Amino acid sequence: MSTAGFNSQNGTGTGQTYTNGPSQNPVALQQPPGVGYGMNHQPAYNPMQTKVLGPPSPALYASGPYQPVPPGPQLGSYPPPPAQPLLTRPPIGVLPSHTPPQSASPGPGPRQAQATPPAQATPPPPAVTSTSYYTGPPAWQYAAPRGPAPNHVNPAAAAPPHMSHGSAQPPGPGAPPTSIHGYPQPGTAPPPMNPPPPHTYQPNRPAYGPPPTAPPAGPPGATGTPPPPKVDAQSWGAASSARPPTEPDTQEGDVECPGDVAGNGPQAPNSYNHVDNRMAGAAQPGPPGRHLGHYPSLPPGYQNTLAPPPSSLHPALQAATQPYIQGPQPYQQQPGGPGPDQLSPSMAAMSLQSGTPEALRVVNLLQERNLLPPAPVPAPTPCLTQDLQKLNCSPEVFRCTLTSIPQTQSLLNKAKLPLGLLLHPFKDLSQLPVVTSSTIVRCRSCRTYINPFVSFLDQRRWKCNLCYRVNDVPEEFMYNPVSRSYGEPHKRPEVQNATIEFIAPSEYMLRPPQPAVYLFVLDVSHNAVETGYLSVFCQSLLDNINALPGDSRTKVGFITFDSTIHFYNLQEGLSQPQMLIVSDIEDIFLPTPDSLLVNLNECKELVQDLLKSLPNLFEKTMETQSALGSALQAAFKLLSPTGGRMSVFQTQLPNLGVGALQSREDPNQRASAKDVQHLSPATDFYKKLALDCSGQQVAVDLFLLSAQYCDLASLGCISRFSAGSVYYYPSYHHQHNPAQVERFQRDLKRYLTRKIGFEAVMRIRCTKGLSIHTFHGNFFVRSTDLLSLPNVNPDAGFAVQMSIEENLDDMQVVSFQAALLYTSSKGERRIRVHTMCLPVVSSLSDVFAGADVQAVTGLLACMAVDRSVTSSLSDARDAMTNAAIDSLSSYRQSALTIQQPGLLAPACLRLFPLYILALLKQKAFRTGTSTRLDERVFAMYQLKYQPLAFAMLMIHPALYRLDDLSDEGALNINERTIPQPRVLQLSVEKLSREGAFLMDAGLVMYLWIGRNCHQNFLSQVLGVSSYAAVPEKLCLLPELDTAESQRTRALVSWLRDQRPFFPSLHIIRDESQLKPHFMQNMIEDRTESALSYYEFLLHLQQQISK
Amino acid sequence: MAFTFAAFCYMLALLLTAALIFFAIWHIIAFDELKTDYKNPIDQCNTLNPTIEKVKKIKRVKIAIKLVLPEYLIHFFFCVMFLCAAEWLTLVLNLPLLAYHVWRYTSRPVMSCPGLYDPTTIMNADILAYCQKEGWCKLAFYLLSFFYYLYGYTAFSAICLTLKIMQYLENIHTF
Repeated sequence: MSTAGFNSQNGTGTGQTYTNGPSQNPVALQQPPGVGYGMNHQPAYNPMQTKVLGPPSPALYASGPYQPVPPGPQLGSYPPPPAQPLLTRPPIGVLPSHTPPQSASPGPGPRQAQATPPAQATPPPPAVTSTSYYTGPPAWQYAAPRGPAPNHVNPAAAAPPHMSHGSAQPPGPGAPPTSIHGYPQPGTAPPPMNPPPPHTYQPNRPAYGPPPTAPPAGPPGATGTPPPPKVDAQSWGAASSARPPTEPDTQEGDVECPGDVAGNGPQAPNSYNHVDNRMAGAAQPGPPGRHLGHYPSLPPGYQNTLAPPPSSLHPALQAATQPYIQGPQPYQQQPGGPGPDQLSPSMAAMSLQSGTPEALRVVNLLQERNLLPPAPVPAPTPCLTQDLQKLNCSPEVFRCTLTSIPQTQSLLNKAKLPLGLLLHPFKDLSQLPVVTSSTIVRCRSCRTYINPFVSFLDQRRWKCNLCYRVNDVPEEFMYNPVSRSYGEPHKRPEVQNATIEFIAPSEYMLRPPQPAVYLFVLDVSHNAVETGYLSVFCQSLLDNINALPGDSRTKVGFITFDSTIHFYNLQEGLSQPQMLIVSDIEDIFLPTPDSLLVNLNECKELVQDLLKSLPNLFEKTMETQSALGSALQAAFKLLSPTGGRMSVFQTQLPNLGVGALQSREDPNQRASAKDVQHLSPATDFYKKLALDCSGQQVAVDLFLLSAQYCDLASLGCISRFSAGSVYYYPSYHHQHNPAQVERFQRDLKRYLTRKIGFEAVMRIRCTKGLSIHTFHGNFFVRSTDLLSLPNVNPDAGFAVQMSIEENLDDMQVVSFQAALLYTSSKGERRIRVHTMCLPVVSSLSDVFAGADVQAVTGLLACMAVDRSVTSSLSDARDAMTNAAIDSLSSYRQSALTIQQPGLLAPACLRLFPLYILALLKQKAFRTGTSTRLDERVFAMYQLKYQPLAFAMLMIHPALYRLDDLSDEGALNINERTIPQPRVLQLSVEKLSREGAFLMDAGLVMYLWIGRNCHQNFLSQVLGVSSYAAVPEKLCLLPELDTAESQRTRALVSWLRDQRPFFPSLHIIRDESQLKPHFMQNMIEDRTESALSYYEFLLHLQQQISK
Repeated sequence: MAFTFAAFCYMLALLLTAALIFFAIWHIIAFDELKTDYKNPIDQCNTLNPTIEKVKKIKRVKIAIKLVLPEYLIHFFFCVMFLCAAEWLTLVLNLPLLAYHVWRYTSRPVMSCPGLYDPTTIMNADILAYCQKEGWCKLAFYLLSFFYYLYGYTAFSAICLTLKIMQYLENIHTF
């Protein structure tokens, strides 16, 4: 029953994080288990309790930044209270002086030797490598006010926010640092008043273990930022101009806090903070003094008030020892959500003691550099009782942007965060309970399937958790087939699993289940033959023809087209396939309607013959025109009696017959900063055809292999509205582009063999009061909550925007249920049901505490795609920026009781500005960089269609250092050891010339080899003798029999296995053509047309404080 | 003569507005049905958008009342009539709606057939709500203008009548 079963076949890592992810106050909400899930007998759910009473679970505090100890005699990293002025400081001047010794090698040893760096920077500082991160000193000690004591947040305070909607105004890109573009001159003296602290390096920083499943809220910021590799600048060639002024940030830390300087000796006491905190995770608090390093700077007044007796107790223990102080607190804070000013300082002190959820820890983004957790960001856990949470749906399948649902629409509007669901409903699951039963128990009024979150009033009646109707338990349901017992309806698998599949009886069929029908529509014009895709396709299909999902009724058919349409008669009994050419493309007809789609098992040999001969058949063709529209119409006619899947391979702009398109792209305008035109379809032919297809249960999958403009914006409609998928291989060529060929091959293999569901519909139900606003993905919306999916495939993701129509006043939890009814390839009608339950909260801080930053980003991306099509790209970009501004300023004004300077965000949203910036720099939304229209549109499709986990990689790629992989913390899967390197920030400062770095951007991976890369790595992994010997175009890691090679290949293939598409790997050097692509993904850096992360933060801050 | 033409305009507008009120009600019902799940958006849009092409399906052969364009044309028609009749006040009252219609039609989604509604986007809650609101607003507008035309018509008829009577009386007197 446990959700551990959801570790899917391609998501082990995330699966783990799901099961042992952070749980917010799991203890606090404990309710008497069993009975009706507390809906009836509990008084109004009081969110405050969760904070006040609950001893936080150890996991939550694993690296918990706040401890209930007063800021006493202070240690190194305290910023002085008024941290403000720095922001206006010109970012760059001091840089060189802060640079660590350039000659330092990444190893900890040498670094120690250079513990006192020279004042002037010299060449490339060892960019922080993963090893040095763990074992070596973090170079930069940030004096960020991290771990804001809980009294910075008054959870109950929900003052009305004052939003500042500012127009986007880049914060003076005109005044960027100028000195970073080259070697810093030795003479570049720092501003006199800020003598650079010579000890910016802290050599003896103790190890900071990378907990693989650490909660996202760990204190990454505390780990110090590595020295910016400004010295590297020259080696970056073209990219040097794109280098960001990220350093100012770093400086600030120093400048701001003299305390830092004082305490920053090699053995500064606060170096132990992390160790302690990890210990604290095991409820073993260190001596008070050690924790102090994590205290934010507080105005003196507050420091006094919040000083509890200097006890070394863990917060949990403290809470336990002070029950009488804390007990009444909820009642004082609850009524009406008192404004901040109503709270006495002692109240603040108490709330400090009792602890704020980690998610609400205030983070000053301007001062914390290392926000990325070392491991992938896990999904937040809803604040539910453990009983409920144990049953809840896996976040890989079902995720909500706000894991705490606001009670009213006005509260949601205040939070300025989008409310929505992200679904991956047909995901491949390794464990899926399947129930066969003649009656499927559903609510009689809203038709909800019975699920773990219903309440049983007694043995004979259950209450629907969506519409609250009381239903009878059918007699059959009383018997539990698993335990073979009678009279325990709440033990049935339906009530124990949030994800379950039913085999549907005949009431769920409008017609007999359709057979699996596959029709392939192939472009065979001159252009297509040139690319050479046909032989790859035929070979793949030949290889996988027995693995096509289906049963004895499976049918296949083929259509090829150029300026005419070619059908293939594969009727049983023919000695060889017979080609029928229809040249009347204006009024298309089927020459022999019966024999074009044939049973695969009966005619397999003919099909194989055809596949073998097809590549040669058109070898000499000189036909350059393409009548795609007519071919689609013909294919639709062929498939409409049965329904099925149509796979269309297209290599050029259709230019003949119906659906002909004209080139709309002006290559000279690609890079123009002005608005991007032609994001919407040029004709509605494809959309109408797609709707017809959808009506006849035909899905169209589009494979676009083209070097030229193909107008994907128009063509894509055919897949988008028929629930197909779109694959795009720009510049596909069988010889010139082997990486694309491999990708195409692998994708095809997956495409042909993956699970498929036919004639599907998906309905999303939610608790009364919530309603669905908009859907995102590929489908046709049949009614307000029903999606028509002619085909459903395991790689499709969906997003749903929700709104709150009625107040959810008297509810403690709400539920969402997605039910997917489909015909399996074996001809079974099945229903897959996912149910998710989330708590309802009434205070703004709780809403913020439950925000799921990745889901929010994913949903915003979908909304921005819509906006850029219906309105304009610049509008969409502004909207995304405003989303960040609005939510952060709302947080600042309403949820934060104590105003601090800086750009403050709750810990759960600390990555939000970074992700927004990443979106702005994503292919779909970027401006100023030359982006082909098709690639942009494809990126938009991907954002809407990919499940969240993969979309996030496309938005914010992961960067790993590969030359020092170790088995420490490695995963062990199927007796293979997969190293788990730390995820690095996407900034050039993280690169070093001595290293090799892997950037995983979803659809593509880049392995960047530094110029001075270790000889060891070159020879052991790449099998070349020197840097110069690395081939210009290398897409494959050689299989060498060395430990390094095995580790590297294990990591790369593990990353690939986790996703349903095949990312091609490009090994690049400094001179490579692909290097600009690699550099464009350095999101935190400044480019000619886009802000750096720090500039972006300043911009946000400027807008917020307006 | 001029009096009678204006009165005729009002009378015509009165009748046509009655038809428009019917259209508006129909429009509201249609979108309500759509929202409450009774209808498939494709069918719905096919009924709302005028389609000239022959439809294959038997169920669609029923002459569906194609509402959008007729409504716009009718409204445009009596605006022109009022222009000819030099009924400036009435014309000015109708101009905003006329402008709205023009704007609405020029900003319609890319479609090869006439019509306003795209079945793929119509289920978006915003668009649905907008269309419903539009229906209610139009209903209100047409109802008000119905009474306005009725008043205008009776007023003109009365004037005509009194004039005629006076003329008649004058004739009698002179006779």
